[in-house]
Amino acid sequence: MARYESLLDAVGGTPLVGLPRLSPSKDVRLWAKLEDRNPTGSIKDRPVLMMIEEAERSGRLSPGCTILEPTSGNTGIALAMAAKLKGYGLVCVMPENTSTERKQLLQAYGARIVFSPAAGGSNQAVARAKELAEQHPDWVMLYQYGNPANAGAHYHGTGPEILKDLPSITHFVAGLGTTGTLVGVGRYLREQKPGVQIIAAEPRYGELVYGLRNLDEGFVPELYDADVLTGRYSVGSYDALRRTRQLLEVEGIFAGISTGAILHAALAVAEKAVGRGEQADVAFVVADAGWKYLSTGAYAGTLDEAAERLDGHLWA
Amino acid sequence: MAVTVSIPTILRTHTGGKKSVEAAGTTLAQVIDDLEANHGGLKARLVKEGSLHRFVNVYVNDEDVRFAGGLEASVKDGDTVTILPAVAGG
Repeated sequence: MARYESLLDAVGGTPLVGLPRLSPSKDVRLWAKLEDRNPTGSIKDRPVLMMIEEAERSGRLSPGCTILEPTSGNTGIALAMAAKLKGYGLVCVMPENTSTERKQLLQAYGARIVFSPAAGGSNQAVARAKELAEQHPDWVMLYQYGNPANAGAHYHGTGPEILKDLPSITHFVAGLGTTGTLVGVGRYLREQKPGVQIIAAEPRYGELVYGLRNLDEGFVPELYDADVLTGRYSVGSYDALRRTRQLLEVEGIFAGISTGAILHAALAVAEKAVGRGEQADVAFVVADAGWKYLSTGAYAGTLDEAAERLDGHLWA
Repeated sequence: MAVTVSIPTILRTHTGGKKSVEAAGTTLAQVIDDLEANHGGLKARLVKEGSLHRFVNVYVNDEDVRFAGGLEASVKDGDTVTILPAVAGG
């Protein structure tokens, strides 16, 4: 174990663990990057720290400032910890259909939460945050969806860590939200290992979340670069839950629900490699642990019941 | 060659409120033309200047068609085509 001067210095450097029981064969292996081992328990500590440090360097952030951010949860929690330690205020705009643990954690850290309507999902949170930014020009919106430091944290951190631990990597699979992880890690890996496959797992929610008034309210993060990806899967709640439970039962990893969606895509590409008789080392991201989702009932009762309870919730 | 097409809430005005409809074709473009023949107005919502609308995502059996040939992506009998508006994560 290493020693760090403060919690903020302990971001990154997470373990990559093999999954011998879930891997389809000796030639096609799965590896999990345990991002829940970051200080606030999710991969978001990486982009948050880099976005803050970049804003401090450029002079946008100085002590006493208030940070504003649209977030479905993990980014907000990471920001709340960093803001507390660095002396910033924090206002999070969060859709009302996120888990109660996320709300309680943010409040425990002293963040202010502005809720956006459930219908329309994070699109509405982004729109509301942009309005607030106009009304409060002194607040600093780091804006994870368009901030190059988000992808930069993965280009300089997560990507090199994975390649160092798994030089034989053939596939990288991660969740698609802000697109920062996939674009950052993907860009790095493709530069270092042309031919590596970069696969996105995108959550498919209940209908409520897609309840936009018109298509032009749709949203594609400014960071998104489709040229970095080689494939993209849409994974529904049922499959995400099924894989989340499988990961716990078979390999002992207690992960959050988005990780189940990522594992679902990872297993799909692994099975394709098996079918083609290829060797593959598939690394995927465990974005967070399951603690923040216990209240959703994700781990209790039948899969159908759990999927039904999750309908309309933002679980990634 | 019948496929099942799942229609998002926002586009159900074109399908008389139906959540899913049948369509025929061996490519996504053919499926969309067939949809247009039975549910007029859908094509203009999905396709802009010869490619998919920026804020529309289409999946064949859960795989994004933009990485499988776009409008030329192949579909086969029994496939499920899912249309969704682009929403944010994070």
